[in-house]
Amino acid sequence: MSAAGLIGLTLAEARDGLAKGDFTAVELTDAYIAATERARVLNCYITETPDRARDMAKASDARAAGERRPLEGIPLGIKDLFCTKDVLTTAASHILDGFKPPYESTVTSNLWRDGAVMLGKLNLDEFAMGSANITSYYGNVVNPWSPGEPGKWTRTLVPGGSSGGSASAVAFGAALGATGTDTGGSIRQPASFTGVAGIKPTYGRCSRFGIVAFASSLDQAGPMARTVKDCAILLRSMAGHDPKDSTSVDVPVPDYEAALAGSVKGLRVGIPREYRVDGMPAEIDAIWERGKAWLRDAGATVVDVSLPHTKYALPAYYIVAPAEASSNLARYDGVRFGLRVDPGGSLIDMYEATRGEGFGREVRRRILIGTYVLSAGYYDAYYLQAQKVRTRIAQDFTAAFEACDVLLTPTAPSAAFGIGEKMDDPIAMYLNDVFTVPANLAGLPGLSVPAGLDEGGLPLGLQIVGRPFDEETVLRAGAVIEAAAGRFRPAFFGLG
Amino acid sequence: MAYVIEGRTGAWELVIGLEVHAQVISNAKLFSGAATDFGSAPNSQVSFVDAAFPGMLPVINRFCVEQAVRTGLGLKAEINLTSVFDRKNYFYADLPAGYQISQYQQPIVGKGVLDLDMPDGTVRTVGITRLHLEQDAGKSVHDQHPAKTFVDLNRSGVALMEIVSEPDLRSPEEAGAYLRKLRSILRYLGTCDGNMEEGSMRCDVNVSVRRSGEPYGTRCEIKNVNSVRFVMQAIEFEARRQIEVVEDGGKIVQETRLWDTTKFVTRSMRSKEEAHDYRYFPDPDLLPLVLEPAWVEGIKATLPELPDEKKKRFIDVYGLSPYDAGVLVADQERAAFYETVAKGRDPKIAANWVTGDLFGALNRSGKDIAESPISADALGGLIDLMADDTISGRIAKDVFAEMFETGKPAAAIVEEKGLRQVTDTGAIDGAIAAVLAANADKVAEFRSGKDKLFGFFVGQVMKQTQGKANPALVNDLLSKKLKE
Repeated sequence: MSAAGLIGLTLAEARDGLAKGDFTAVELTDAYIAATERARVLNCYITETPDRARDMAKASDARAAGERRPLEGIPLGIKDLFCTKDVLTTAASHILDGFKPPYESTVTSNLWRDGAVMLGKLNLDEFAMGSANITSYYGNVVNPWSPGEPGKWTRTLVPGGSSGGSASAVAFGAALGATGTDTGGSIRQPASFTGVAGIKPTYGRCSRFGIVAFASSLDQAGPMARTVKDCAILLRSMAGHDPKDSTSVDVPVPDYEAALAGSVKGLRVGIPREYRVDGMPAEIDAIWERGKAWLRDAGATVVDVSLPHTKYALPAYYIVAPAEASSNLARYDGVRFGLRVDPGGSLIDMYEATRGEGFGREVRRRILIGTYVLSAGYYDAYYLQAQKVRTRIAQDFTAAFEACDVLLTPTAPSAAFGIGEKMDDPIAMYLNDVFTVPANLAGLPGLSVPAGLDEGGLPLGLQIVGRPFDEETVLRAGAVIEAAAGRFRPAFFGLG
Repeated sequence: MAYVIEGRTGAWELVIGLEVHAQVISNAKLFSGAATDFGSAPNSQVSFVDAAFPGMLPVINRFCVEQAVRTGLGLKAEINLTSVFDRKNYFYADLPAGYQISQYQQPIVGKGVLDLDMPDGTVRTVGITRLHLEQDAGKSVHDQHPAKTFVDLNRSGVALMEIVSEPDLRSPEEAGAYLRKLRSILRYLGTCDGNMEEGSMRCDVNVSVRRSGEPYGTRCEIKNVNSVRFVMQAIEFEARRQIEVVEDGGKIVQETRLWDTTKFVTRSMRSKEEAHDYRYFPDPDLLPLVLEPAWVEGIKATLPELPDEKKKRFIDVYGLSPYDAGVLVADQERAAFYETVAKGRDPKIAANWVTGDLFGALNRSGKDIAESPISADALGGLIDLMADDTISGRIAKDVFAEMFETGKPAAAIVEEKGLRQVTDTGAIDGAIAAVLAANADKVAEFRSGKDKLFGFFVGQVMKQTQGKANPALVNDLLSKKLKE
């Protein structure tokens, strides 16, 4: 098979082709290494690891047929928030300059255990803080859907964030799948912006051990891939209880791929009325309507539900997440690893110089907000209040799931926007997460699946939110939409 | 009589509360698997969790929780079946994460009590406010380089119990008694070695002064005082300083102070305005700690007999004085030593030998009970030789000294040196005859009414027998002879 042909396969197809011996893991990996080079114009990788990829692919090819693992020879990109042993791990921040962890995150360990091949470390918003992948110290990531020729875009679009590198690489064909993390929408919103599938599983489903922390009570790892099925395959390997993460939950990991075979007949799909926001483009509303119709056609029933505290989700999120971040990021002090800027004064001088230079604007802003809301005299009014809101939001979902089995909403209130837009208004930027944040606050699984293109030819996603640990139903509903909507690829895909 | 300090303008009462940081005895740290071996090379007992590397997460050590519960039960305190770990945020080079994991609003142990045995025999009950679990910080080392500070993270993440007393203490002596009693209980429980000099038990002291009957005054906190003696001295100094300030028309400023161990003064460290805003919030990496009631009951069932119960038993069963009982139970090993000695023997005689001769000799030689050259059985053997009249009490003191010196058993020393008591009336009669013959003038004086000379004759007979004569027999035979 040609290299371009290999890149065109889905993860499931590539897996099956490898198993049948249609091509080798080295051939597949080499095709992807070439694609990552071509993708440099998108700036989706911070670090490429072609030598390691080839070694891993060779090891896969050397395995006997009977020893094949679930992800044998599958080339993946890893969001550079996951610590990878002896490979530069940056969180897209200057402050982690030169940091090569002496350990591996649990999620990536699980992927390598199952035979996956590492292509490199993917760009992201600095410390996963952002919705456009414009806050990376390593420069912004470009959405492969940008109009014009690669590198000579007529309008440069953002891929969304924070998992912008993951989304861009998967959409372009510079990885067969990728890991992402989602704190407020960081998997789902970029998936929507780039026309790929991405699922944030239930909080506690994947271990957070070895993932650079942003907001610990919200962070959750998940897969991004070209199809719902590919996400299902990846999630099964990534998930699992980990004694090294006290918040990971000890429940069995089902065979998600097998779950896709089930039907949605009789499934009750809830439409939360509070998700109709003012000023949302009509196209998004239209796609939402189409999504309902597709699910109805497949035998599901559509019901209206209410999530009355939805409007408080975003404000609560922008208190809880920065509060946790302000504490989580205190360890970047120049003392033990990463960047140290020592102006030759006191310890405080070194802290200030290191952190002032090491953190970008958005990270500094969130540390300041977080420090403020936890301060004596403000804690009750902000942090405590936000936690109460969080409880209410979780109760909203519990009540809604009495009347329905999954929720269907748009993933984001707009299609991908241009670089430079919304950049001077952090609030407008934060609104990107309005539909995705509630699932994080409640710890629920949420999937974004490509559902169509807007008038400008840009992809739009729909979101399915499910009950805790019911990723199977979420994926199954997503697969129905995917089957009806078809799949979407940017004009300049892969090796062209 | 309440303890007061006389100022220029009258008497002042002291109000003292103590916060003790007790390092938990455990092979591993509170939230990482790293070992806690002491005296190891710097930074050799550090995991990536302790060094707060990116992506590292804390996992609670079950044994440390058990130790905290055991301590709470030992302090007769409420065990909170649900408690929460919080982050206490501040920057320092030896605090790698930039926060300490501690417990703030929901500690694992609530209110308890500690009974102080005061020297006058009275018991003072002091309230325990709470006990919570937290991580220790690392150590900054400032004396290795002229301009740089070195950081040793071996201690980083080691489990501490912070035990907070109510402001119930009223004198330096009570504070000292509190610390000694707390240390004794912790050692009985095996939850902290209580070694203040090595820093495994550290104390912050809150002191204020007031006129009797008035509300509490403004307090100052003296940080990290590392011996019972220093705690008592620091309280005394600080109270006098505060009295002087108030009597000079000044006001006490709430602040943190340090005890200067060379100048014996407290010095200001930081004022309330400079105090950290720790921005406590529940640690999102850790779920609330939920204990099963049955598990707590299981720990309760394995508690050892604690000092108070043991003391009561020593008084009731052995008939000891509260003072002797208190001295013996202060240390578990000493109490066990005593009980071995007392077994099958006169408990009061055993107590006198243990608390008097043995503890005295150990103190003089700077030895611990575990290092005693005389074992409990050996001391029992010595007491047995007195009980069966093999040796006299006087000879026993010499034999004891010899035993302490050489570690030999009492019987061997008695045989070797021929110290067996003379109970042969013929031999004693002979000695008496010789003494009376040599002191005919004194015999005459005695017989004419100078009774006091009896002691002189006893002494002479004992001398004649090199102290080996049975004193009771000597008394008996001598008085008969003198009456003849």
